Order: sequence, then structure tokens, then C-alpha cells
Amino acid sequence: MLSIKNLHASVEGTEILKGINLQVNTGEVHAIMGPNGSGKSTLASVLAGREDYEVTEGSVEFDGKNMLELSPEDRAREGLFLAFQYPVEIPGVSTNNFIKTALNEKRKYHGQPPLDAVSFMKLMKEKIKLVEIDKSLLTRSINEGFSGGEKKKNEIFQMAMLEPKLTILDETDSGLDIDALRIVASGVNKLRNENRSIIVITHYQRLLDYLQPDFVHVLLNGKIVRNGTKELALELEERGYDFIKEEINETSTI
Amino acid sequence: MAQIKLEYFGEKFNRLQSLDQDAFLTNFRKEAFETFNNKGLPTIKNEEWKYSGALVSNLFKQEYQLPGDAKQLSVSAADIDEMRLPGFERANELIFVNGKFVSELSTIRSSEEQLVVMPLEEAENSSYKKIVKEHLGKSNIFINDGIYSLNTSFIFGGVFIFVKRKQEVNNPVYLYHISDARDNHILAQPRSLVFVDERSKVQVVESYKTIGSMDSFTNEVVEIVVNTDAILEYYKIQNDRISASQVSTTHIRQIGKSFVHTLVLSLNGGIIRNNTNIIMEAEGNEAHMYGLYLLKGKTHVDNHTLVDNKMPNCFSNELYKGVIDGSATGVFSGKIYVRPDAQKTNAYQSNNNILLSDNASVNSKPQLEIYADDVKCSHGCTVGRLDEEALFYLRARGISKEQAQAMLLQAFASNIVEQIKIEALREYAEELITARLSEVNREE
Repeated sequence: MLSIKNLHASVEGTEILKGINLQVNTGEVHAIMGPNGSGKSTLASVLAGREDYEVTEGSVEFDGKNMLELSPEDRAREGLFLAFQYPVEIPGVSTNNFIKTALNEKRKYHGQPPLDAVSFMKLMKEKIKLVEIDKSLLTRSINEGFSGGEKKKNEIFQMAMLEPKLTILDETDSGLDIDALRIVASGVNKLRNENRSIIVITHYQRLLDYLQPDFVHVLLNGKIVRNGTKELALELEERGYDFIKEEINETSTI
Repeated sequence: MAQIKLEYFGEKFNRLQSLDQDAFLTNFRKEAFETFNNKGLPTIKNEEWKYSGALVSNLFKQEYQLPGDAKQLSVSAADIDEMRLPGFERANELIFVNGKFVSELSTIRSSEEQLVVMPLEEAENSSYKKIVKEHLGKSNIFINDGIYSLNTSFIFGGVFIFVKRKQEVNNPVYLYHISDARDNHILAQPRSLVFVDERSKVQVVESYKTIGSMDSFTNEVVEIVVNTDAILEYYKIQNDRISASQVSTTHIRQIGKSFVHTLVLSLNGGIIRNNTNIIMEAEGNEAHMYGLYLLKGKTHVDNHTLVDNKMPNCFSNELYKGVIDGSATGVFSGKIYVRPDAQKTNAYQSNNNILLSDNASVNSKPQLEIYADDVKCSHGCTVGRLDEEALFYLRARGISKEQAQAMLLQAFASNIVEQIKIEALREYAEELITARLSEVNREE
């Protein structure tokens, strides 16, 4: 599904990603953990195609395609979905209309006819139930005046509507209270299936308690320094990142 | 090319004076022509004309046909059909050709019980003469410049509109300004006096069209007087060709506690200067002023607004927005005066601009002058590019860059367009704007 090899990326001349290697197969859930400033969100941004970042080395293959050559919109149409850490408020653009446009652009890309209003409404109804979002939010401007929890639910709702092959949850748990976290996590779990891969970027264990990742990777200073399973996340929760940093320092001094 | 000499206007002026010897108007014109001779054309030295003076002055490097130059009208019904605005079926349609009101081509659909429309010269000798003499030209103390005086110097064939007391006029009043520039450059100087009497309501819409390949220059003055408990909605739609320029002054006086709503939409044209003035002459007035300019090519649009609070407890809110592409230029200058008597004034003003190209530019100058101590006033302006974060968010969902831009620009324009309260006209404006904003993207 996704194959990242020796990925280096910099912003304004500063190298942030220093050789990332990651293989995500269909149906797998991977967690990427790491302290602030380790490059987690940069990785999410580079994968989604944000233009502020310059890829200086390495490759990213998505479903057999060279992803780095695709525009952000084409990546999305190919089935990539980034759930934003800070979803943007866009006054004047209704959420409904936005999602309908996005969905039909994707359908057009794949040679499918646009959804008519009735089918679209039907699909909306179905997905609204799935992610427990207040449907009155959808008639409002995108994220305008939404609470932190509502914004994140809206991200998961869009994920449900667009049915991506690969989802990147960029610190989706940040700023959520326990109830909102549970709703968001259960929404993600309902969308999870054997054809869909998920990358969860997070600081904390708590989202992973709900999502139960297949693999856990630790990102430190622009590199993945440790690969493991969900037990690694538990160990990190208990001991913090320092023990990994110390281990690395020991190895490098030897 | 050299500037044409002012004597040129002297000859035209003398011809008009001999043609139309109405005592009131000849004196009126005479005084104004003296002012015009003294003040001359606007220059950039005049602060009010800093960004448009040279451009407007340049328009006088060629000779124009003026309304006094009598000529058979050759505007046909088909020409009028072409410029009819949606909703015309139930509108009062007033046709101006080269600045002169033509009643034979106009259609009044409201009853005489509600609405009186007549040539200004006729009104000045009718039972409305007191109103005409009292209110015509009252704007001159606010706009004391040559170009305004030039309009007054050539008052000829203007229109008088009277909305009768306690009448809610359901048929909007559409003013179509046609410049027939097939054979000559046209200087059209339409003049209107509108009186909205007590407890009445009227909607006024102005639009402009130039026929033919020569240039047109419309130097317009509209004076509107709004009496106690009356409601005025005023819309101006500028969507003419690049060879069509205008200086257009709308001077609204709220002489009794009343409600005014104005909106200026500028989409196409050459050099455009709009003066929109609201004078609050009574306590408790309320005014809302909106403007939207979507510019491309070499179009220049300058919106000057004035809210003059002379009495206490008045409210005004002003919002102008612009999207500027190509090498177009936008100017916004908004002045709010709060005079010593105008305590408890609430006056707000905001101007937001988006620049789409490196050659586009805008000058924005919000101004407050406050001489009372118990007031709430605010002003502000922004100039920027499209929000990159919002653009990326839309693209990250699979929406193309072009479409995402169009969506964001439409969202930016939407809270102005929705202030057009005539439904047919609002839908028409939305269509024009949608077409324009997707066109912006295609050119990239």
C-alpha cells in the first residue's frame, strides 16, 4: 500500500526528516509516536503534499504510484486521507457542499459519474450515524465556530464519506476530552477493514488503547529509531522517550 | 496627447444655455460652471483624488459629444433589451441615453398614487417645484470639486423621482444608462433627484451599457433625500466595457429618522470612481453600505465613501470587499465624520482585499474623524492573498487548486452578494460572480 524509502525532507533549508523507512501493508494500522519536534507532523504533511516542504531524497510509493509526483488533490483522489491536527475554518463554504464537491471530484478522477443529490443525501445519512456527528454542523460553514471535538468528528466524517485506502490521523487525539476521544476512536474503528490502512500519529497511548495498532514506530529527530508492536507503546507510556534516547546515545558512543 | 481646453466646455455650455432657458436651471448651471472653471479637472494633489485624479484627468484628452449636442436618438428597443436586468418584468424601467432621461423609452409600472417620475425640467415647474428647488444640488457642499461641478453645469434632461408618502413601492426602479458611442466618444452626465417621502419604501438599481466602439465617460450625480421612517435600498451594478469610464456620485441625505441600504458591485469597466455619501441629518438614522469589486485587466475602481454623522444616535455599518487580478487597481477611501452633536454614534467600517496577481494593487484608507466623546466607532482594512491553509485543506480532500480557489473567492464575496435583497438581481449577480471567479482561474 505505502512504501517509504529513505525519505528526507526539509523546510526553509532545515532538514526535518532524515531518512524515514516505513512499509504499510493493506489493512494494517501503524502508530507513529515521538516527542514534540521529532518530525511526526512533517511526515504527515509531506505525505499529503504540502508545498512548504521540500523532499530532498528518497521515495514514496502509494499503491504502485510515485506519490511524490502527484499534486495534493491527486493524492487524495488516489485514496489518501489526512485527518488534520488543526482543521481549518473556512467561512462561507458549506460543509455539505464541500464534501459533495470533494466526493464528485474523486469520482470524476476514477471515471465515475457524479452522485446525484438523492444518493448523496442517502450516503450522508448512513455515515452520520456511523460517526455520531450532529448533522446541523454539516449545513454550516466548514469548521466555523466548531468546538475542538466537533472539528475532529468532522474530519472522521469526511473520512467516512471519502472512503480512503490510506488514512493518516495526525494527532487526532489532541485537544479531545475523554468522551470525544471515545466517539472519534469508535468512528475510526467502524471504518477499519481489511482493505484500509491507517497511520496514527500521536504522543499518547490513550488513542491507541482504542485503536489497537498492529505496529508501533518511534520517530526521533527525523528518523524511525524503534519498531515494535503495541507493547512498545505501553512501554513508552510508562517510561517516556528518554530510555530510547539513552539507548541510542549508548549505541552511537560505542 | 494634450489636455483639451476648458473653453471647449465653454462653447458647449453656452449652446446648452441658449437651448434651454429655464430661469432656475440656467442660473444653477451658471454658478456650477464658474466653479468648474475655478477648480478644473481633478489632480493628484487633491487628497481625495490621489489615486484617480491623473487617470480621470487623462480622460479629458479627447473630445466628447455632450448632451447639449442635439442629435436624433438611435437607440432601439433591441439595444435596451440587451441591458435589461433580471426582474425587469415588474420593475419601473427608466432609460437614459447619453445621460438624458428618455421618457418615451421608459416604462413606469407603479401607479401614480405611489411613484412620480418626470423630467427634472418639468418637475421644476410642477407642484413639486418646492422640493426640487430645495434639494437639487444640496450635495455641492460635500463634493466641492470640478468634476462634480461639470455635471451640474450641464444639467439637462435629468429625472425627478418622487416616492409618495406611506407608499411601499413594490416595483423596483431600474435606471438603465446607455451610452451610444457608435459615432462619437460620449460624455454622459445623468442627473437624478430622488425624494423618498415619509413612511415609504423604494428600491433603486442603476446599471450602465456602452454601445459601439468609441469611448464613453459617464459623469453622474444622483441625489437622494430620505424622509422620516422611509426605507431606501440602492444598488449600482457596473459591468460595462473597458472603454467605459465613470465618475459616479450618489449622495444620500437622511433628513428624518430612516433606513438606508446601499450596495455597489463593480465587475468591468475602464476607470471608475464611485462617491457614495450618506449624510445623517436626523437623530436615529441607520445606514448599511456594501461594496464588492472583482477586477481584472486594467480596470481601475476607486470607491470613496462618506458617512457624516451630524445628529445623535445614528448607526452605520460599512463593508467593502475586493478581489483584484491582472494589473487592475482598487482604491478604497472611507471617511466617517462624527460631529460634536452626534453623541451615541455607532459607526463601523471595514475593507478587505485579496490580490491574485503580482501586478494587482490596492490602496485602502479607512478614516475616522470624531468630534464627539460618547461614540462607538471602528475601522479597519486587510490586504492579502488567498488563505494558503484553507486552499491546502480543500486540495487535500481532492478538490483541484483552481476549483478550491474559486470556492474560497466565492465564499469571500458571498456575504456582500447576499445583501442584494431583490431576489432576481441577487441570483443574476451570483451568476456573474461565479463566471468571473472561474474565469480568474482559467487565465492562470
